[in-house]
Amino acid sequence: MKLSRLVSREIAHRKINFLLSVGGVALAVACVIVMTCLLGAHQRHTEEILEGMRAETEADMKRLEDEIRKSMKGLGFNIYIFPKDQEMAEVYAEGFASKTMPEEYATQLAASEIVTVNHLLPSLTKKLKWEEQNDRTVIAIGIRGEVPIAHRDPKSPLIDPVEKGQIVLGYELHHGVGLKPGDKTVFMGREFEVAKCHEERGSKDDITLWLNLDEAQELLNEPGRINAIQALECNCATIDRLGEIRAELMKILPDTQIIETQSTALARAEARNLAQATAAKKMEDTKRELVSLGQERKRFAGIVLPLATVAAMIWIGLLSLMNVRERVTEIGVLRAVGVKSSKIFTVFLSRAALAGIAGAGLGLIGFALIFPLLSEGIFQSQALGDLVELSHWTTPVIIAPLLAAAAAWLPALVAAQKDPADVLRND
Amino acid sequence: MTDSPIFQAENLSKIFSTSEGDVRAVDDISLSLSAGDFVAVHGPSGCGKSTLLLMAGGLLSPSSGSLAIDGAAPYEMAQAERAAFRGAHIGFVFQQFHLIPYLDVIDNILVNELASESREDLAGRAEELLEKFQLSHRRHHTPSRLSVGEQQRVALARALIRTPKLLLADEPTGNLDSENSEIILKHFEEFAGAGGAVMMVTHDDRAKAAASRSLELASGRLV
Repeated sequence: MKLSRLVSREIAHRKINFLLSVGGVALAVACVIVMTCLLGAHQRHTEEILEGMRAETEADMKRLEDEIRKSMKGLGFNIYIFPKDQEMAEVYAEGFASKTMPEEYATQLAASEIVTVNHLLPSLTKKLKWEEQNDRTVIAIGIRGEVPIAHRDPKSPLIDPVEKGQIVLGYELHHGVGLKPGDKTVFMGREFEVAKCHEERGSKDDITLWLNLDEAQELLNEPGRINAIQALECNCATIDRLGEIRAELMKILPDTQIIETQSTALARAEARNLAQATAAKKMEDTKRELVSLGQERKRFAGIVLPLATVAAMIWIGLLSLMNVRERVTEIGVLRAVGVKSSKIFTVFLSRAALAGIAGAGLGLIGFALIFPLLSEGIFQSQALGDLVELSHWTTPVIIAPLLAAAAAWLPALVAAQKDPADVLRND
Repeated sequence: MTDSPIFQAENLSKIFSTSEGDVRAVDDISLSLSAGDFVAVHGPSGCGKSTLLLMAGGLLSPSSGSLAIDGAAPYEMAQAERAAFRGAHIGFVFQQFHLIPYLDVIDNILVNELASESREDLAGRAEELLEKFQLSHRRHHTPSRLSVGEQQRVALARALIRTPKLLLADEPTGNLDSENSEIILKHFEEFAGAGGAVMMVTHDDRAKAAASRSLELASGRLV
């Protein structure tokens, strides 16, 4: 006859008491696992919402960036780098700079790690009279083609270079003079072939003559000099795009200054930055709301979980006490035949611990069975495997019997200390 | 059989303190039971019979006096040691049988194994007792399915499973008909005859008659 047999037979005999204990533990364990899953589901749902918002914002930003990039490309260069000593009033009045700077600046910039601008186009511009064509006013621009930026993949140029011995003419010039591509003409005493004639643009481009930079420098007597570097800004990360470009540029070319033009593209860039800032704020607000809700749920769980545990322990304690009272005579007989009080104590603790194990198992199995019914409603459609880790299954099976045994400690002590003489006295 | 007594009490007293003052349940009793003794203790209700029996069984400490069972003084032992001593040397039979309701006959008889520190195998002895008390066919029946006579025989088998020297019985025939009472008393006689000692508290005249010695108790004293 072993103690385990005594315990198992007694459990089989007093099923209701034992099942009530098991039920109490099962409810408490189910409560704990439901709360744990609720918190887990909330956390995952929060992450999903934020991830969704992040992805949406990212997609929006990409779309806006793409639009801006297209706009920028369509509108051409929007960044002008001038010599530092250039009066900007003169630039605004004339449309170009009179001061010059070394052509190497463009090369230096291209060789740097600059990220805020691309498509670098050095140019030398001067307004003059085309003596050979009745002193027509022309804006002569010497260009050499874009300088490839060393650390970037080559991009298709916004403007094609002009070969030596060739010129490109704006509408007013070729239309007024009657020139067409392939014709020969003389400019500043040198013969050039008309390489290209632009359509009417309604801007100063219509009176512009483009020629090779080297030839322009020779003709204008400005060897190795340029008076502007045109560039296209990249999509900068911050709202202060110009400040960002300026800060980067000043480190490379401190003797320069920049201006930004073409407001349509800039407005879009600003709108994009504003949209990004708004989305970030919205995301932050949502996150704050969800975190606050999560904390509220945690506080609720912080009340419910100890309450469920304590209630289950009280329940088991009361049922154990009832069990002790029912078994007073049995305890007296066992003591009379020589069973030690420590064994009596063990009998009651084992019984409670078994109720704990069975209750934990029942609670977990019950939870797993009803989970699909509750998943959509309260668990945000999360999968059981995503919410419940292995430890969530094992911990109750370890903790529940310990707590159940602790709850039965006092009744077991009462049983162990029962005086057999009181029970068996027949006088 | 030896001459040294199995049970020896010297000036044994038990005083219970109540709200109405001290009650002297057992008052200065000296008693000796040797091998072969079958003693019936009788007297009116409340005269201290059960108290004397519980003290004799190592279940209730005396207020004064000394007590020895098989040469050992149980009340000088620690509680756990006394429990083990009780399990090995004393057998109890009660009027209400006090069988464990959820254990079958064989398990009720073997419940004493729980008291044993050494993994003593009492199965053989249990079989012997089942045979002796004609309970073999009832081995897997729970007490509720047994007659009162069978229940008392199971209780007696439980008491005898570890072959104690001293058998203490509290009104063992109180719930039995004459036929079953006779059977039980016959087994007591046999036990005493085999070298044990029996102390039986009883009101039953047939039981008194079956005993080899009869002691009357009144107000806690032997008269």
